[in-house]
Order: sequence, then structure tokens, then C-alpha cells
Amino acid sequence: MSTLLELSGVSVSFDGFKAINNLSFQIGEPELRAIIGPNGAGKTTFMDIVTGKTKPDEGRIVFGEKNISLIGMSESKIAREGVGRKFQKPTVFEAQTVRENLAMALKNPRGPFEVLFYRKTKEGAERIEALAEQIGLTEELTRVAGELSHGQKQWLEIGMLLAQEPRLLLVDEPAAGMTPAEREKTTSMLVEAAKTRAVVVVEHDMEFVRRLNCKVTVLHEGSVLAEGSLDHVTQNPEVIEVYLGR
Amino acid sequence: MLRIFTLVIALAWLPFAVSAQELQTLLQSHRDVIIKPSRKTVGPTLDALVASGLPSVRGFLEAWQEKNVYLRAEDDQFYLGSDADGGLTLLDVDTGAQAVTGVDKKDAKQIKPNGGVRREIGSALVAFQLSDPDIARRTQALDALARSLDAAQLAPLIASIDNETDAGLKTRKQKLANYLQARFGESPAIRVAAIENLANDLSVDGRAVLSQILATEMLVAQQLPDDANVAEVLEPGEGDLDRIAAYQTLVDDHGLPALVVPADIRRALEANVDGGIVGGIPVARLDNEAERARAYDALVEAGKVPARVSEAAIDQAFADWGFYAVYLESDPTITEAAETAQATAQTRVTLSQTADIGLDAISLASIYFLAAIGLAVTFGVMGVINMAHGEFIMMGAYTGYVVQQIVPDYTLSLIIALPLAFAVTFGAGVAMERLVIRWLYNRPLETLLATFGISIALQQLAKNIFGTQARPLTSPGWLDGAWIINDVIQISYIRIAIFVLALTFLCLLLLILKRTRLGLEVRAVTQNPRMAASMGINPEKIKMLTFGLGSGIAGIAGVAIGLYAKVTSEMGADYIVQSFMTVVVGGVGNVWGTLAGASMIGGFQKGVEWLNPSNTLAAQTYMILFIILFIQFRPKGIVALKGRAAGD
Amino acid sequence: MQRSFLAQNPSVMWFLAALGLFTVVVTLLAEGTGTALISTSFVKTLGKVLCLCLIAIAMDVVWGYCGILSLGHFAFFGIGGYSVGMWLMYARTEAIVETSMASSVIPPTSAEVQDAIAAQIFGVVGASEFPMIWMFSHSLVLQLLMVVLVPGLLALVFGWLAFRSRVTGVYLSILTQAMTLALALYLLQNDSGLRGNNGLSGLQNIPGFDDVPQSTISMVFFWASAAALGAGYVLFARVLSGKMGSVIRAVRDDEVRVRFLGYHVESYKLFVFTLTAIVAGIAGALYYPQAGIINPTEVAPIASIYLAVWVAIGGRGRLYGSVIGAAFVSLLASWFTGGGAPNINLGVYEILWTEWWLVLLGASFVAVTLFFPGGIGSLFDRLKGDAK
Repeated sequence: MSTLLELSGVSVSFDGFKAINNLSFQIGEPELRAIIGPNGAGKTTFMDIVTGKTKPDEGRIVFGEKNISLIGMSESKIAREGVGRKFQKPTVFEAQTVRENLAMALKNPRGPFEVLFYRKTKEGAERIEALAEQIGLTEELTRVAGELSHGQKQWLEIGMLLAQEPRLLLVDEPAAGMTPAEREKTTSMLVEAAKTRAVVVVEHDMEFVRRLNCKVTVLHEGSVLAEGSLDHVTQNPEVIEVYLGR
Repeated sequence: MLRIFTLVIALAWLPFAVSAQELQTLLQSHRDVIIKPSRKTVGPTLDALVASGLPSVRGFLEAWQEKNVYLRAEDDQFYLGSDADGGLTLLDVDTGAQAVTGVDKKDAKQIKPNGGVRREIGSALVAFQLSDPDIARRTQALDALARSLDAAQLAPLIASIDNETDAGLKTRKQKLANYLQARFGESPAIRVAAIENLANDLSVDGRAVLSQILATEMLVAQQLPDDANVAEVLEPGEGDLDRIAAYQTLVDDHGLPALVVPADIRRALEANVDGGIVGGIPVARLDNEAERARAYDALVEAGKVPARVSEAAIDQAFADWGFYAVYLESDPTITEAAETAQATAQTRVTLSQTADIGLDAISLASIYFLAAIGLAVTFGVMGVINMAHGEFIMMGAYTGYVVQQIVPDYTLSLIIALPLAFAVTFGAGVAMERLVIRWLYNRPLETLLATFGISIALQQLAKNIFGTQARPLTSPGWLDGAWIINDVIQISYIRIAIFVLALTFLCLLLLILKRTRLGLEVRAVTQNPRMAASMGINPEKIKMLTFGLGSGIAGIAGVAIGLYAKVTSEMGADYIVQSFMTVVVGGVGNVWGTLAGASMIGGFQKGVEWLNPSNTLAAQTYMILFIILFIQFRPKGIVALKGRAAGD
Repeated sequence: MQRSFLAQNPSVMWFLAALGLFTVVVTLLAEGTGTALISTSFVKTLGKVLCLCLIAIAMDVVWGYCGILSLGHFAFFGIGGYSVGMWLMYARTEAIVETSMASSVIPPTSAEVQDAIAAQIFGVVGASEFPMIWMFSHSLVLQLLMVVLVPGLLALVFGWLAFRSRVTGVYLSILTQAMTLALALYLLQNDSGLRGNNGLSGLQNIPGFDDVPQSTISMVFFWASAAALGAGYVLFARVLSGKMGSVIRAVRDDEVRVRFLGYHVESYKLFVFTLTAIVAGIAGALYYPQAGIINPTEVAPIASIYLAVWVAIGGRGRLYGSVIGAAFVSLLASWFTGGGAPNINLGVYEILWTEWWLVLLGASFVAVTLFFPGGIGSLFDRLKGDAK
């Protein structure tokens, strides 16, 4: 397992409020990692920084074996480097069909002229079929995404992320608003995905985290408070205080 | 010059002169000149009359000037006369007593001096008028004097200063005396002293005096005369003197051979066409300069036309002749002093103009601010884009106009119009929010288009009701006029009033948003409507009121803008883009930002106008381009909200 | 590829068929080529409407599909018109000047001809020399190139500036409106080199075709406009089909998400903005020779907003919808403002449509936005829905 993403000494502040404070973090490939922490711990800001939405005030972010720096790169460039992100709210293109959604996400050249003259290929079609199978939406391929249920939208989004073939997948609260059966399925998708790549799951729900059965990082006030197995961190007195003290 | 001194002495003696027939006698001795005066001959006569010191001279001069002097045939005497239905009434020139009435016009010859003579008489009269007990007369005399400065008036003017009772007139007399002394003073020392005083004078008149002293003419000479007071040596082809014009003066004044320009060549060739050939070249080939030149040169050899003047010849002429700008004033010490004074005055004028532009910019910024402040509420705080905002401004202005039709007193009607305009546009805003906008929250582009539909409908409605011509919105008398700081810096009261109004609104709005319950609820609703609703705030009501508030302010702005500009159905459209720009540049969601935006846009526009004063259209074009560029570098405006609150 | 593309998009086939049929019918009825049931001036009106339909589909692509409410496309339209107008005016004045100089004793030099042309064209603004921007006006080819290049480059530069600093939504609309206003104000200046508020005129006279009657010229422009509309429709339908269309619509619906999919959203917006600006320029180049005159008021911001109105009434997100909207509203406008509509006498007040048309348009526009967001085009979808 080699290191894929490394953050060191990263800080960012909004109007004097330090959302991320001298954060250092590492993840290898392949690896499944859960990030937990109370509200305002900086979980979403962490994702914003990695994906290029927010520029850090200081610190270093390097990615891949060539150690390229992600700071200063545009969101789309970072995505093309192999960082996928799933938002808290399911965001799929509701006016388009499931197939169109997946086709857009497929790993292919992203320039406007390449896309304009893009021709459908057999491999592409097969890949879409395979993905649909994986996320259980084979029957829904021609349906408009807006008509899907909440859980199906979440899966479609995960499917789109997998279609991108990212090396690092950032997932923000995937289980929110799901039925227990849907959670089960989501868990297995994430675990499956983490066999070949790095997956970071931000989650509130301890039960869900337990089911992921992976290394856990606890964030508090913008920096890492504890790291280790779930049992290990939940016995950490500082973590207990942060969670229960509130 | 002598005339002046005699006059001054005469005036001093005025009270003591007593006599019965003295003026008549004096007049008789100048009989020919008085009956048939000309500008050239009248001078000595006037001097003599004034020098006599007789008290009746003034009356006579006035009558003479007014063509009211008659020569009676019967006794060959001069009379002052007035024409009435029953014939002439003649008065004695010395005593002013009635001599005869009902004289037939045939029996008395009216003396009619021409315009030039009357002006001469007038300037002789100025001396009397400058000391006239009636202040209006004195003012009139000073006005006449200031219009055309004349050396002859210097002495009487100075003589009248000491006895002047009115302080204002006294300063004015001193100022004018200084102008006269600067130009016509007796000795160079007096003139230089007067000129140095002018360095502190920013008025147009004062600067005109300096530039008159510094007036130059062009002198062309092979050898510069020793006594010439040269201002500048001119190089043909540089500065204002172009080569052709310079050479042309040599042609005109010193008989050098005339230039042959392409048009001359063409004319010469046309005149010498002979069987389709000119100078050995067929006409059809003469469609270019080179062939034409060859044809022309052939004509020159044949001796039919004058030779062309080569560039080399022109250069030689310029080497032989010098071109100089020479002062009309021959004394270099005076022109030097005037140059120095002019430079000093110019620096002060520039400083004052900068201050004046600054004031103009503030006033323009106030107008933009007034136009935009309502938008700062509806667009900035609520995020609702209202393209009909400009039409609300227009509605406010028309409200003011209608009120003025009913209430004729301008002050009272303004007092009524301001709250009424607020009420009308508040109502319109609330109605629009209820009927249209509330269905389109979170669909900003649709809101833009729907409110645009309302905007064109309202504009056309106004046109249908009030017609297309501009309607006046008259400001009350106490807002007329301007606050004059010096001769350059002045600002009209109405602009000050608009500035005060803008400032009032800024404070009021800040107060409402920061200190009142409504403001608190508005901020709560705009930041998180659901949370606000759960705390018992009715978001619907708050949005409605806020929108009404923003629209109402637009109405008041309309009255203010209407006072300053004309009220037309298109006045709103003129301000809408600038208003949005103001809010966007300033930073959305912040009243201070709107102030900053208005200041920047107003300042920039005035700045560009200053650099290129003839072209306000260009100023507006550059302003907009500047804004577009500005937004590139600060997309969130001057006063940007940072962090997550900005809600990317 | 093309064949299969048309086969895959039956609506394009239908549109081309309808446009072809319309062209044939007008040709048969027109004064110049048929039974003279349609006057030359009405042929010109119809030709102009076709050009407006072309810019309307461009607007629909940029707004309805890509979500950029541009209030500046009429500026590109105007630039296209000015570009072609410069050549028309130059070439025609040149012909007039050469005729008038032909009778002179000595043939004129080229400088004399140039001066005379400049004096003719710029006399109204008190100038007598050609400004820099007229340097290509002698060449039809170069001016036609400018029809494409100037709007394209302007859109490219403006779009690049605006998109890279992430100006979106109403901000972008206001910015495009400001750009249009700046252009209109610039053109209004006498020293802009484009004759200030006089604009360019006499554009209906095509140099070199003085002997051809207007009835024939109008038909040629009508056909050209129809062909351009057809070509534009196919072009945009092609762009909007397949994956490109998917991405463009995705940008409209959720720009951020597209970015995280790895697409450089700004490039796509820039592509669409520039392409539609070029098409708008071409539409303008065809429109103004039929209108005969172009002046800065044509470029004023209000024109671009009307364009949005047409597209909204016709139905956004459907190419044929925008065509219907532009044709319907602009023909209706000329009917109402031209005095064609009967006035309504209410006894106490008589409604003159020339005065009340804009009120009606404004109100119906609000109504469409509120109650009928799909516009007229959505009626077709309902028909289709019923047929299923």
C-alpha cells in the first residue's frame, strides 16, 4: 500500500475563523478510510480543499506517485487527475436519462472538441451496462434520472463516480436518508470500490462507520484528534469529551 | 489722458461752479462739432465740456447721448428737448428750466450723434455715473466698464473709489482698477505690481486681462528687430504652425513663389488639354500623381504654368526666414511678470478645477447611489432581480409631477410628493411581489424576464398617460442657485440637496437594517428562511415588506432625480444598468458596498469626462468597460462577503 | 454520419421540411418570382423574420440549453450587420463617385476617388477621411470574414474574461447587458468611425446589381435567409445531440457537478457562447441588407431582451420553439405597430394598438413566465404526449 494523497500543515480560515488548522493527513492506495467528527470539525472544508473548491492559506497537498501538488489546480483538472467526489445531497442530472448520466461520467477525453466529435463505442456501451449492473440500475437505464428514488439517485451518483475511474474517491455522508436495506447495499458498493482504490467516507452515523470496518480519522476544530480503528478511537478520552462534552 | 485729469479736477470743483449762461456759451464755441460730431472730432469738445466743471454738463451729455438736444432755428441756441404730441418742449441747457412748449418740429433741429459718438459720450459719462448717488446707476456703470476695459476710465474709476460707500462695489471698483492698471498703468512699476495682484485672481475676467497682456502676433522676418519682445521662436511643421500655412505667409507677405498643390496641377492640366493630350501625355494616362507631375513639368517647360516649388525650396525659405511669436506689449519686464502671474493663476485654477470635479463626482455618485439604493435592498439583500426598478423611479418622478399640478406651491408640493411617491411605489412593489415575484423565488433568470415584461408595460403605460415629451418637475426657489466657493468651484443647491438626501437614506437604511426588528427579521429571512419561519417570523410578510421598502426608496429617488433631470417615461431605463452595476461593483448584500460602488462609478465617469470633456458618451463607454474589467478582478465587488456566508 | 444523424433526429427532418415548404410557397406567391400575391416589402419582412429566427435559435442554445441568459446577442447581430453594411456602403458610394467623376476632363487618381468616397460617407458626421476600421471595407471577402471574426473574437474575449472569474446567473446577464450598452454608446459617438447615430444606410442596394429589381433581390435574400436558418438549425441540432448536448445541458442544470466530473465547464460555455455569437453575426449580416439601414439603436440593450422574450414565449430548450416564438412575436409586433390590428373603441376610451401593444406584450410576457414556462413549443410536446 503506497501513499496516494498527503496533506501536510494545511490551514484555511474564513473571516478569522480557522476551519482547517494545521491539518496533516495521509491515505494509501487501496484503502478505505472513514472520517468522523462533530459539526464544524472541518470535514466538508477538508473535501473542498482536496477537490480544489477552496484554496488553502498554507500547507502542501501532494497526490500520486509523482507527488504532484493539487494546490492551484482547477476543480476539473483535479477531477481528471483521478479525484472523484460525491456530495451530501445526491446530485445527478435529473433532466437526463441514467444512461446519459453514466455516459457523461465515463473516463474519456474531456475537451469540448473531443466531446463534440465523440462517437459511441461498443466498449463504452459495455462499460455502461456493467456499471448499471454494479449499482443495480440495469432496468432503469432509459429512465430520466429525476424519476428515480432517493436511494437510486445516490447509487447512480456512486456509479458515475466509478465510471470516472478515480484513484481517490471522496464520499460525503452517503447513508443519509437511506432505508436500512439501501444502506446495506451502499456499504457493500463502497467496500467493493475500496478494493482497487482509495476511498474516504465522511459520515456522522457510527453504525454505518462500524459496518465499513476500516481505519477511522477523527477531526476536531480543523485538525486530526485521533486515528485508528473505530474501537481504538472511541476509547480515546479526548474523543469522548469532544463527542459527549457538547 | 489729459481729458481724464481735467475731468477729475472738474468733478472736484463741481459743487462750487455757479453760472447762468456759461454752458450755452461754451456750447456755442464748439457749435460745429456738437451739431455734426464724429468720433474723431468729438474728443476735444468732450474734454472741454468736462473741464468746464459746470454742473449742467452731465445733464447735457445724457441728453446728447439720448438724441434729446435741439438747436432752435429762431435764436440759434441749444436746448434740451422732449418730444410730445403737442410738439416739442424745450428746456434751457444751463438751468433746466422750461423755456418754450409746443414748438413745431420744423423750427428746431434735432441733433443725432452716431453710434460711435454716443459711445464716446457714454465713456465721458461713466465718470459721472461712477459717483452717482444711485447705487443701481453705479453698478450699471461698472458693468459697462467691465465689458470693455478702456484706458480712459482708469482715472475716474480710481477717483471714485474713496467716496464709494457700498463695500461690495468698492471691492469691485478696486478689482477693476487693478485690471485697468495692469493693462494701462502709467509706469512699468505700477503695471507689474497690478499684474502680480492678478496671480491671486481666479476669475475669467482676471485671467482674460493676463492673456490680453500676453497677446502675441506672428512676425516673419529675415532679421529679428532689436526691440521685438519675442515670446517664442516658431518652427514650421511643429506645434500649431504647419508647413503649408507658414510658407503661405511668406508667399502672401514677402512675394515668394506660390505653392502648386495637386488641385492646382489638376486645374492647370484641365485648362491645357489639347486634342486629348496634355504636356505630351494622353489624358487617359493621367489617373496617377506621377504622370500628372510629368505632364505638368512639361507645361512648365513650355512656359505655360508656374514651376512647382520643391520641398528643398521650401526648406531653404524656412532657413532664410524666421518665424516668431511676438508680444504686442513691447516691455519685457511686463510680459515676464504676466507670464509668472499666469502660471501661478493657472496652477490655482487647476487645483480648484480638480476640487470642482471632485464635487461633481460626489454629486453624480449621490445620484447613482439614490438610484441604486433601492436595488441594494431588493437585489442586494433579497437577491431578487427587479428590472422594473427603473420604472419605479419613473413612477416616483411622475407622482411628483402630478402633485405639482394639484399643489402649486413648490415647497409644499415637494413635502407632499416625497412621502406620496414612497407610498405609491411601495404599493406597486408590494403588488408586484405578491402577484409575480413570489412565484419565482429561486428562479432568478425568470424573475429577471418577468420583471422586464412589467418594465416595458409600465414604460408604455406612462407614455400613454403622460405623453412622450419630457415633463418638468420644478424645484422650489430656495433650491435654485449655487453655492459659489470661488470663481471656479461652485455647486448647485439642488445637487447638495440630492447629496444630503442620499446621505439621509444611507443612514436610514442602515438604521432600519441594523437596529430595528424589521431589519433583524429581514436579515434572518434572507439568510435562512426556514429557520426564520420556525422562530415565528412570517417570511412571506417580511419579503413583501422588504420589497416594498426597496421599491418605495426608488420612488423617492425618482422625485429627487426628477428635480435634477427631466421626467420622461424612459428616465428609469437610463439608470437601470448603472444601478445594477453600482450594486454589483459595490458588493451584493451590503449597503456600504452600494455607497462604495456609487462613489467609484461616479468618480470614474467624472474622471474620464475631465480627460475628454467633449464626450460624455465616451466617458460612459469607458466606465462600463472599466466595470466589466473590474468585475474580473473582484467578482464579488468592493465590499465582498467572505467565506461560506458568501454561498458560492 | 450526416444521414444517420438526421435519421436519428426526426424533429430536424420535420423542421427542414416545413421550412422548405414555406420557402416554396413564398416563392410561388412572391412578386418577383410568382403570382405577386405577396408584395416585395412583405417578402423582405419574411426574410427578416427568418434571420430573427436564426438568432433566436442561437439564443435558445446559449440560454435554453446552456443556461447563460445572454443579453448581448443582439450586439453580435448588429456587428454582423455593420460589417456587411460597411462593404455595401463603400462599394455603392464608390460606384456613384466613379460615375460622377467619369465626366471630368482628367481621369481621377485613386487618392481623389478615396477622398470623394470618404467625403460622401462621412460628411454627415463632419469627417472626410476613412477611419482605421474601414481599412477592409473595399473587399467583400474580408468584410464577410469580419461578420464571423469580430463577433466571434469579441464573444471569445468577453466570455473568457467573464467565465474564468466564475460570473454566473443574473450577474452574467447584467454584465452582458453592460457590454451591449457600451457597444451602443460607442456606436452613437460621431467619432466612432461608423457615422454615429446616422448609422449605415442604403444597404438594400447591392453594388453591381443595380439593374436587378428589388423584387428579385428580395427573393435572393429570402432564399439565403431560409438556407442559413436551415443550416443553423442542423448545426445546432448536431451540437446538441449526443454527449456534447448532454454536457451542455448538464452545465445548465448543475455547473459545479460537471466540474467535479472533470469537465472544464468554462471551455464549454465559451464554445457555446462564441459559436452562437458567430451565428448571430451571420444572421445580422443577412438581416440588414433586407432592412436597408442599421443604426446604434438596433444594438441597444432592449433589443437583446426582446430576443429573450421571443425565446421564452416560443419555449426554451426546444430549437423549434424559439423559431416559433421569434416568428410569432415579431410578425405580431409588426401587425400591431403597423396599424394592422383593429383598434378597440370602449366608448369612453379607444384602445390604439400602436400605443397599447407594448403593454400587451409586457403583460403577456409576465403571464407566459408565470403560467406557461414551456412557452408555445410545449404545446407540441403535449401533442406528442397525447399521440403516445
